[in-house]
Amino acid sequence: MTRPPYRRKQYWNEPEMGWYERAYLFEILRGLAITGGVFLRNMGKWMTGRKGALTTYYPEETRADYAAGNRGKHVLTQRPDGSPQCVACNMCATVCPAKVIEIDAAFDPDDPAHPKYPSRFEIDYSRCVFCGLCVEACPEDAIRMVKEVPNLPSLDRHGMWLGKDELLTWHPLSDVAKPYPGAPARDKSRGPA
Amino acid sequence: MIQDLLVYALYIAYAIGVLMTFGTVLTWVERKQAAVMADRIGANRAYVRLPFTQVKLVWWGLFHGLADGLKMLVKEDFKPRTYDWYAYAVAPWVVFTPVLLVFAVVPFGGILDPGRLFPSLAGWFGDRTYPLQIARLDAGLLIVFAFSGITIIGAMLAGWSSANKFSMLGGLRAGSQMISYELVMGLTVLGLVLIYGTVDLGVMVQKQSGTVLGFLPAWGVFYQPFAATLFLTAAIAENKRIPFDLPEAESELIAGYYTEYSAMKMGLFMFAEFIEIAIIGALFTTLFLGGYNLPYMNDSGFAFPGGHTVAMSHGWVVVTQLVVFLVKILLVCSFQILIRWSLPRFRYDQVLSFAWKFMLPLALANLVATAVLVWSHQGSVT
Repeated sequence: MTRPPYRRKQYWNEPEMGWYERAYLFEILRGLAITGGVFLRNMGKWMTGRKGALTTYYPEETRADYAAGNRGKHVLTQRPDGSPQCVACNMCATVCPAKVIEIDAAFDPDDPAHPKYPSRFEIDYSRCVFCGLCVEACPEDAIRMVKEVPNLPSLDRHGMWLGKDELLTWHPLSDVAKPYPGAPARDKSRGPA
Repeated sequence: MIQDLLVYALYIAYAIGVLMTFGTVLTWVERKQAAVMADRIGANRAYVRLPFTQVKLVWWGLFHGLADGLKMLVKEDFKPRTYDWYAYAVAPWVVFTPVLLVFAVVPFGGILDPGRLFPSLAGWFGDRTYPLQIARLDAGLLIVFAFSGITIIGAMLAGWSSANKFSMLGGLRAGSQMISYELVMGLTVLGLVLIYGTVDLGVMVQKQSGTVLGFLPAWGVFYQPFAATLFLTAAIAENKRIPFDLPEAESELIAGYYTEYSAMKMGLFMFAEFIEIAIIGALFTTLFLGGYNLPYMNDSGFAFPGGHTVAMSHGWVVVTQLVVFLVKILLVCSFQILIRWSLPRFRYDQVLSFAWKFMLPLALANLVATAVLVWSHQGSVT
């Protein structure tokens, strides 16, 4: 019984090269012309004051095509008088999967509508995963994320902790749905609150 | 006599300054050119801050070379435990020194006449003139090959003395590759030697100063275009750069023959490589691109084919020749960097068969053709 000899199946195309490609030099010259052309084009752009690179010069420069819904750096919204809208309920700190939010609550007798406020509100950006769950969890719309992420890079990890001042002031946002004083209108018929 | 000493001391300072500057600046040129070729910006974060101010000089990343040098100086000077101490210590210098010495015979300008340049010194210098070349040796080209051959020993020494298998493989590869391409390089240049009838680089450059057929500058590349291509290829292979970087192929041999070197010893290898790029540029310029000659320029100014002439003073002629030589070197260096960032690496067997089966026969054929042509035109060619 004769069997045809085993031939390995070929899964690829044999390269088809004529003498021109085999001579190597001409194809090398073509390649050099391509790379040299790119070099001259980009150099021309640099020389005439335009940008000859695709690189974004981060952090001095950020890409214009950040998604509108990009979850970037946090913002604490503020009331018209500049105080944070946060009521220090710790919901964001509880839901945070990376446990990066630290809140110290304090009592403010001068503001009967919002007696509890955060005396300290810090986020450790070296561990933040930018998931946005804190924004979802906040009952007061006090924490939001905007799409930009400026000035985050830092030379040591302690520089990555951002406090209340930075979060309130780097991109001031106020909540138009809750004008000050915002004390809930009590319904007297239900009795004392 | 003391005048000679002064002039040649100046020449040596100039040559060393030029080579060191090229070695440093080429690291920057290489990075930036690669970046621009790849639509990137390139290294540009290192800066020098003026003391007591907030003025930061970035200068397009030029200070990265400085930062690299500093890094190499302060890094740990690691030494392997089992190594040949003497050969290990000497190898970087054996690679580095000959590269500098090659420049001694390369003419980097025309004739300098100090008396005409500084009339107040005319009495002291008399009618002495000095060609801008450190050593006027009849055997110029032979000196070039002799010294560049020594670098092979350095690479092999480094490979053998490190007591490391990768280093040894790298050293072996360096030896076989560099000797093969040294041979090709010598054969390609022989055609020029036949045409010009001398191995004195100064005379060779002087003979390239006229024009051929009335308009073409009499450069070696127009007499020997074939040899010019082969020479540049062999020279890049000799310098062990991509596409011929087999001795240090990092994906195969870590860093090849200098795997075990660190800090400034490794820096010397890198520096020697970059200076050798400049040396190749200088040799290619001298042999094939007319050295310091500009087309239609002579020692008293320009003389264009239409009969139009522009007179220049001696000082301007000397300065122009120096600058022209440097610009030509820089262009050739840039071309080498273009090649390095465009072509993929050869396989090891391809490198050697390319040298022995392709380039050597071509170089021989070129030599034979040149010899026949020179013989048939005897007396009519320069």
